[in-house]
Amino acid sequence: MLKQIGTYGENRKDEIKIKNAEFPAIFHAGLEFNAPVHGTWNIVHIGMQLPESIQIYVCAQNCMRGVVLTAAEMNAADRFSYVVLSERDMIAGDVEEITIRGVIDVLQKRQQLPRAVLLFTVCVHHFLGCDYNRIYRELEQKFPQIDFVRCYMDPIMQKQGLTPDQKLRRAILEKLPQYSSIERKLAILGSDFAYDTESGLFGLLRQEGCEIVQSRTCSTYDEFLQMAQAEVFVCVYPPAKIGTEQTAKRLGRTFFYLPASFDYALIERQAEILGNYFAVTTKELKNERRLAEEALDKAFSVIGTTPIAIDYTVHPRPLGLARLLLSHGFFVDTIYIDTVSKEEEADFIWLKEHVPELKLSATIQVSKRIAVRGRNKKVLAIGQKAAWFEDTPWFVNMVSGGNLYGYSGICEMTNLMTDAFLNPKDTKDIVPRKGWGCDSCL
Amino acid sequence: MNHTYRIIPVYTGDVSGVASALYELGGMVVIHDPSGCNSTYNTHDETRWYDKESLIFISGLSERDAVLGNDRKLIEDVTEAALELHPAFIALTNSPIPFMNGTDFLAIARVIEKRTGIPAFYVPANGMHDYTVGAGAAFAALAGYMNKECIAQRVEKENVVKMNILGVTPLDFDAAGAVMKMENMMTAHGFEIVADLGMGEHADNWKNAPHAQVNLVVSAAGLPLAEEMEKRYRIPYVVGIPTGKFAKILFESLRKAAQSGKNVDAFQAAMEQADIREKKNFLFIGEAVTMKSIAAAIALEKGVIVRIVCPLENGAKLLTGEDAQIEGEEELEMLLGQQAKEETTVVADPLYEPVMPENVRFIPLSHEAFSGRCFAKQRICTVGDPADVLTYLEEQGV
Repeated sequence: MLKQIGTYGENRKDEIKIKNAEFPAIFHAGLEFNAPVHGTWNIVHIGMQLPESIQIYVCAQNCMRGVVLTAAEMNAADRFSYVVLSERDMIAGDVEEITIRGVIDVLQKRQQLPRAVLLFTVCVHHFLGCDYNRIYRELEQKFPQIDFVRCYMDPIMQKQGLTPDQKLRRAILEKLPQYSSIERKLAILGSDFAYDTESGLFGLLRQEGCEIVQSRTCSTYDEFLQMAQAEVFVCVYPPAKIGTEQTAKRLGRTFFYLPASFDYALIERQAEILGNYFAVTTKELKNERRLAEEALDKAFSVIGTTPIAIDYTVHPRPLGLARLLLSHGFFVDTIYIDTVSKEEEADFIWLKEHVPELKLSATIQVSKRIAVRGRNKKVLAIGQKAAWFEDTPWFVNMVSGGNLYGYSGICEMTNLMTDAFLNPKDTKDIVPRKGWGCDSCL
Repeated sequence: MNHTYRIIPVYTGDVSGVASALYELGGMVVIHDPSGCNSTYNTHDETRWYDKESLIFISGLSERDAVLGNDRKLIEDVTEAALELHPAFIALTNSPIPFMNGTDFLAIARVIEKRTGIPAFYVPANGMHDYTVGAGAAFAALAGYMNKECIAQRVEKENVVKMNILGVTPLDFDAAGAVMKMENMMTAHGFEIVADLGMGEHADNWKNAPHAQVNLVVSAAGLPLAEEMEKRYRIPYVVGIPTGKFAKILFESLRKAAQSGKNVDAFQAAMEQADIREKKNFLFIGEAVTMKSIAAAIALEKGVIVRIVCPLENGAKLLTGEDAQIEGEEELEMLLGQQAKEETTVVADPLYEPVMPENVRFIPLSHEAFSGRCFAKQRICTVGDPADVLTYLEEQGV
């Protein structure tokens, strides 16, 4: 008989002091609550960044609702089509046929064929043992001029494997073709936001003759394909790591994983890596470190010891941000987080040792539905979820790290914090909106 | 048909319908789903989520638990949450993978009920139907948990008719103040509201619903419960929303039903009283009860017949004459292609506009269950006499 192995977090409370927390699963995994905070991107937002593409989903009605209205809300309904699966399709054994026929029908109804189709199959395809190769083979034969991107909306798989987000970024990058490489060309791949390439590390490289391109700024499909010409592929945003790394390996490119962080040592090590590779001196960045320190001091002079709450949606490294702020006198007392990223283990240990009373607060535990939100004093929230849980209008409105990078990213974060501290926002209007930074009809 | 949609969205799904129906009734709803159903529901299908607490959760089903048939985790997690949160009842519902696996929800509900001492039941849904089916099943499931002794305690007061309002959710009544306006209209016309199912001032009194003499069904989602209560408690029902001149006929129908103990067709009564002078080519696309009520009001006020196109599963039995039920974008395009003439005026949610033929005059009327929050700020109230919706349509030339 098959037996389940593996464990879930054991802590059954929804808050815990970090001194008592275990790494990486902080809380017991039970039923899940979903807060009305939706700024983080989903697979629709991510997919829409591929120029001249459309998305086609094949799934049940209830699953379809969220993605089709995501597209509608971002004014991109014309780039979104779908096939609805019924009970009959589950038992008839012809889900491949339904999928192929539906996609052909959708494409034939369009006045102009797209350059690429992001075809999303779902959990049902997986559980029915769908022959994916047949689907893509037949579609590629029928429409040889279209690149079909193999995408999955299968959240049932994400607890033991890659998330749909990671798979999507990888699938998009799989379309990069085998081009000849161009020396001193660097491509930043898979990020949701475009980084500043005029200053900081990337600015320095540009000054020394490097060409820097980003998948996020491509405006045509051809421009996207030309990313493949870069001799160096860089990943800054963690969910894009596996896709960028595998693509670099496939195309024989040099790959660097240089995640955005608030860690001075890491920032300088990353500069050194790229500096060494392109034979560029990065000593100038020391000056930016001084600027970051000054920016932190300046922000502290405004914010002082006002309680600060950070949440995991604002940046892939919320613990690193807490560590930086606590090291500079700020009073971070709460982090809203459910599990800790492996990349943050060192920060977790540091916080456990140096700030043992720091509170870790769950976001999906059922008791959070009825928990009293807000305190009777001003709280600065960094992130949308922290803003909702703290019921505060003073919050940094950003998700997934925004375009922060390096020392200039730290400076920008201090600016955002200061602005948030001084200028309250309409939390109820802002945080339920989907896809921070995307177009919205709301 | 290929069940393809080129550009219009789908209506709210059955699973969200279940949650929406039970939202204000004091229970806990657990959707057995990996992820997605929770976010979809509270983002696009639930306007109350930000301000009003309700115990609606997902199980976070993983591939491993689905493959291994690990129902124990679901049972333990639901039990733990219920013992912590003390809901009035526990409703379990489904999603595509547990549906495919044949998860035995009836047995799971029995085990949970035994362990917690809290009534637990399964609301059939699988993510493959629209909200009228899910919400309808959820409302109907409540019939078995109502106070049966209330039937014997019916008190007849002169001129005061005790009634329930069935099928109220924000999916159909999202306009500001719509539900309160409906309640006020009823009480102003000599009705006493026993319970609202499932939102409104009297929602928490749902267990005493059998105390009523008549049920008013205000959406297709309320029909299954009305039928169930007719069977169990012999309470007759009338279908319609009080809008424009149709409101008066609705009130009369309710009184007649309460007195006779038999269902009354208010739409038919309206058409019998309407002085039909011309037949214009008006097509109203949407939820059957809302659109039939608006059509009845227009027939009474203007002497014009409006045809209803119902794209939802529940409510087909309300369609009459040249009304049509359709499924999806393909059937709608086919119907419009065959029947939309030069003079055709279509009233429907704004997100239907991209599939309208060029010769059609399109009048947008947003509906939460179709376009979600996209046009929430422009929502028009369908309830009242005069009703905002009728004023709006008149301004548009209907």
